[in-house]
Amino acid sequence: MISHNLPALQIVLPLISAPLCLLLLRPKLVWIFTLVVCLATLGISVELLSLVINTGAISYEMGNWAPPWGIELRVDEISSFVLLIVSLIGAVVILYARKSVEREIPPHKHTLFYSAYLLCLAGLLGIVITGDAFNVFVFLEISSLSTYTLVALGNDRRALTAAFQYLIMGTLGATFILIGIGLMYMMTGTLNIQDLAGRIPEVLDTRTIRASFAFLTVGICLKLALFPLHLWLPNSYAYAPSAVSAFLSATATKVAIYVLLRFVFIIFGVTFAFEVMPMGTVLMLMSIPAILIGSTVAIFQQNIKRMLAYSSVAQIGYMILGISLASVTGLTSGILHLFNHALMKGGLFLALGGIAYHTGAARIEHFKGLGQTMPWTMAAIVVGGLSLIGVPLTVGFVSKWYLVLAALEQGYWPIAVVVLVGSLLAVIYMWKLVEAAYFNKVDKNEVVVREAPLQMLIPTWLLIAASLYFGIHTELTIDAAQKAAELLMEAGR
Amino acid sequence: MNNFLGLYNYWIVIILMMTGFYIVIAKGNLLKKVVGLNIFQTSVIIMYVSMAKVKDGAAPILTEGVEKFSNPLPHVLMLTAIVVGVATTALALALIVRIYEEYGSVEEDEIHEQDGSF
Repeated sequence: MISHNLPALQIVLPLISAPLCLLLLRPKLVWIFTLVVCLATLGISVELLSLVINTGAISYEMGNWAPPWGIELRVDEISSFVLLIVSLIGAVVILYARKSVEREIPPHKHTLFYSAYLLCLAGLLGIVITGDAFNVFVFLEISSLSTYTLVALGNDRRALTAAFQYLIMGTLGATFILIGIGLMYMMTGTLNIQDLAGRIPEVLDTRTIRASFAFLTVGICLKLALFPLHLWLPNSYAYAPSAVSAFLSATATKVAIYVLLRFVFIIFGVTFAFEVMPMGTVLMLMSIPAILIGSTVAIFQQNIKRMLAYSSVAQIGYMILGISLASVTGLTSGILHLFNHALMKGGLFLALGGIAYHTGAARIEHFKGLGQTMPWTMAAIVVGGLSLIGVPLTVGFVSKWYLVLAALEQGYWPIAVVVLVGSLLAVIYMWKLVEAAYFNKVDKNEVVVREAPLQMLIPTWLLIAASLYFGIHTELTIDAAQKAAELLMEAGR
Repeated sequence: MNNFLGLYNYWIVIILMMTGFYIVIAKGNLLKKVVGLNIFQTSVIIMYVSMAKVKDGAAPILTEGVEKFSNPLPHVLMLTAIVVGVATTALALALIVRIYEEYGSVEEDEIHEQDGSF
């Protein structure tokens, strides 16, 4: 009975638990409750992944209404993979959140934090699992609205303006997506993604569908913060509470990339998107400046959370660059980097939260002498940084290697140069931290800094260790990514 | 020409959409931005409702002698979109109240001036 309803439970569980949080008044109780819910969600996605691997894609009919009339939940090779990433990060971050939240958020807002967090998780999982185009919009808004509140909970007042800016741009993006879905519905009369994929080819050569394609691409690119549309990202990540920055950087943009893959490859198809429409050129022209400018701006940041946020802009550039090549290898590198970046950037933001726990913020001057006072946290930052740069034996290397392979496969050697330059720029901004932490003495009159609490250190190292593990044992992730890439390339032929 | 006038509701959609979009981009007052955002979202609602209309179609209620119905689904979808719009507006207004408490202003340039940099 329960195993049959797993796809529905995946969203319903966090969705129902979110308001229940408000009933449990004591913060510690709420945290335990949220942790249990997140772990259960993680358990469900592990179970779903193994089901998909053993028996193939699952289609769940919501309320027993058969698709395309009813709403369908669909778990296939790609979505189960993304579900696992989202719920895994969700569980690890909540394990970490208690100490960090106690320090950064006033006590009377703790329950609200946890319920907004669960809503956000439910929204993100919903986007991934649903098989209905309009549902994507609804879940997108659930996750976005709760994200705005989470960002606004930051203890700096700039968090408020950052959240407002994010709200304006996020709503514009979501409305663009809504317009795109409406135009598709206008031509096909269906909202089910599988059904749309079957019906779109007949009407592909109309202006309405082209307009819908353009609206969807721009709207989703706003959500995933592709270069010229990334303006909301640096401030939101910089001023949000540490746990929120880690959660968002590892999940929100990744889910948006998944939506892009789903709409472009499954509904419109590769031929239409990359041959009839100039999707490849456009994405490439935006992702190359994303890598170069994002990394360069990161070098000049004094606030380290902001620096990592700009580095996220650059890393998103790598993912989109892989997708823009529209080959199996290119897509593999994009999907691989989606997973790898979630691990390393999540780990890095968690480590920064550990530094902010004692110092109150994570600016470059706080890093002085941290190599001695916080050896474990700094070691996590160094390993995460090496992965961002793309040093062999870390996950960052694997995905960049595939990106370069994909570029050379099509003879685009300048792209290989761009990837290399991007890595060099990453060396510069990570070196700044290493220099401050290991080659500077601790200021005498500074507050006494100790190692971060174990409850924060363990989740941080969980992600960092995973990024090392998957950098060495690459078969698992590469296989999954390759399978997903092949599926996407074949889907819309 | 007939086609041009016949599609007048879509022209209204485009005009509203661009008006809202312009306000969001051009106005520095946060409240005005929210108003612009609302106009922008409303235009999409009109677009969905327009496309639901079937020529000579009746309201989708089963009655004898009526064969042609308008499509009710986009209306239902728009109910959801309206709820989303209300939630967004409420959240935006709440944020503006908090911003006003902290900065004593709802003008974008004055806020950025107080923070020193963008």
